[in-house]
Amino acid sequence: MRLNRAAYLAAEIVTPLAVVLIVLWFTNAQPSFFLPPLQDVVAAFIGNWLFALVPEHLVPSLARLFTGYIAAIVIGVGAGVLIGKVPEIRRQATPVVEFLRAIPPPALLPFTLIAFGTGDAAKVILIALVCVWPILLNTVDGITGVESTLRETGESYRIGRWDTLLHVDLRAASPQIFAGMRASLPLAIIIMVISEMVGATNGIGFFIVQAQRTFAIPDMWSGIILLGILGYLLNLVFTLVERGALAWYHGSRADVR
Amino acid sequence: MTVISPMRSVRPAPPRSAAPPSAGVLSKVWRRISSLGGALALILIAELLTRLELLPAQYFPPPSVVLGRLVTLMLEAAFWQAVGLTLLGWAIALGIAALIAIPLGVLLGTSELVYRATRPIVEFLRPVPSVALIPLVFLMFPPGSLDGKVFLAAFAATWPLLIQVIYGVRSINPTQLATARSFQIGRLRTFFRVVLPAATPYLATGLRISATVALILAITGEIIMGAPGIGLEINRARQGGDVPMMYAYVIVGGVLGMVLNSGFAALERRVLHWHASQRGGTR
Repeated sequence: MRLNRAAYLAAEIVTPLAVVLIVLWFTNAQPSFFLPPLQDVVAAFIGNWLFALVPEHLVPSLARLFTGYIAAIVIGVGAGVLIGKVPEIRRQATPVVEFLRAIPPPALLPFTLIAFGTGDAAKVILIALVCVWPILLNTVDGITGVESTLRETGESYRIGRWDTLLHVDLRAASPQIFAGMRASLPLAIIIMVISEMVGATNGIGFFIVQAQRTFAIPDMWSGIILLGILGYLLNLVFTLVERGALAWYHGSRADVR
Repeated sequence: MTVISPMRSVRPAPPRSAAPPSAGVLSKVWRRISSLGGALALILIAELLTRLELLPAQYFPPPSVVLGRLVTLMLEAAFWQAVGLTLLGWAIALGIAALIAIPLGVLLGTSELVYRATRPIVEFLRPVPSVALIPLVFLMFPPGSLDGKVFLAAFAATWPLLIQVIYGVRSINPTQLATARSFQIGRLRTFFRVVLPAATPYLATGLRISATVALILAITGEIIMGAPGIGLEINRARQGGDVPMMYAYVIVGGVLGMVLNSGFAALERRVLHWHASQRGGTR
């Protein structure tokens, strides 16, 4: 058993190292225009993102990302509670929501370009517009799925409406709301990047496209790697926040098992 | 307090999709139609706002104009060609993703050692936004080619499917495998009779997610890289100032997304009617 665990751990460490070494060897043995030697890319990454270009490109990107994402959470949860609580609204809203969320997000990019221009506002609106649907739908599912026993218990204890909403409905729906937020996060990153590739003057997407157009290939790769790290870190942060916020939920589930 | 507990069993069961008698069908159809009132009201409000110039008609044409433009578009061969090219790119990309992700996922999910060895790589590559590769695609593929958008969509669609297949294969109850082994059922038969059915719910969900992702990235490729398809038409309409046409194509995109999504959801229900856990998952 113990030996096994050591072998697994070794495999977990050795394979990524081997992959990096193979990439290093391959890009040096067969230098091609598209795949510059790894050390050049690393050098470009250090030169660009530690931390020379961070204020110019990374900060505006992240600012737009979070503004749009948070707006989507506020709107999605708010509308989701309303739609989930009132059956008639739910009935009327479902077809509209089903259609709007089915529109492939990039198809809305030209729309925000002509309707809201190329400024920060247009990009934030697009991110919010795309991220709102998974959050909204999951909130609706979560709210409608709340055990009626919970609500009735709250009623019989004469807990006020607001408190019921906050501490019973939203609390019970929060695992689903988090699932929706998790589904929206990669969408937010995708939209952030593509909105910066068209009609922008800063941001990571802008930087990558600019590097490609000027054939600064190591710079381009440094941007791609930055996006990879960003995606990984945001996912990690989200997982930690979720684990903290839903500790009660996972705890109660572990009890049942 | 004791009054509360029996309430649980009294709660009505969720409606089943099994065919009710004909009177039920009629009321079901009526429910469907009457639930479109909200959509209709929204369209009417939009019409009013744009006709009264409360919204700039230049950017927000009235819905009736957009629908009229959509009808005229549908009479043109170019429209169907664009839709066909989008769907073609989507289908090829999804096919490639399935060919890569399903065998690889089974491989990675079956062996604990292989799973551990590749986990860091998969976990690192998975959250990489596929749109980050757009500039690379620009360089490697001729501009406006189908290949570029297929590459992009296939890359993006592979990950969700791969993850789902790995989880699916790993979710198998070890007792089932042990039972198969003690009955001396061969490896291949065990795979088809035990492993695959157990992984099917995950596989179906993965396919549905990947189908959506592939469509999103195919259209991204069309809009950003100018590959032929409805994305390119949306961009052309914007650049040419034909705003109603742009909205018409956006609507087409929504219809495509809806049809594909509900198609895969229906397939999922059909294939998994035996699998209870399928109900009530996250979307």
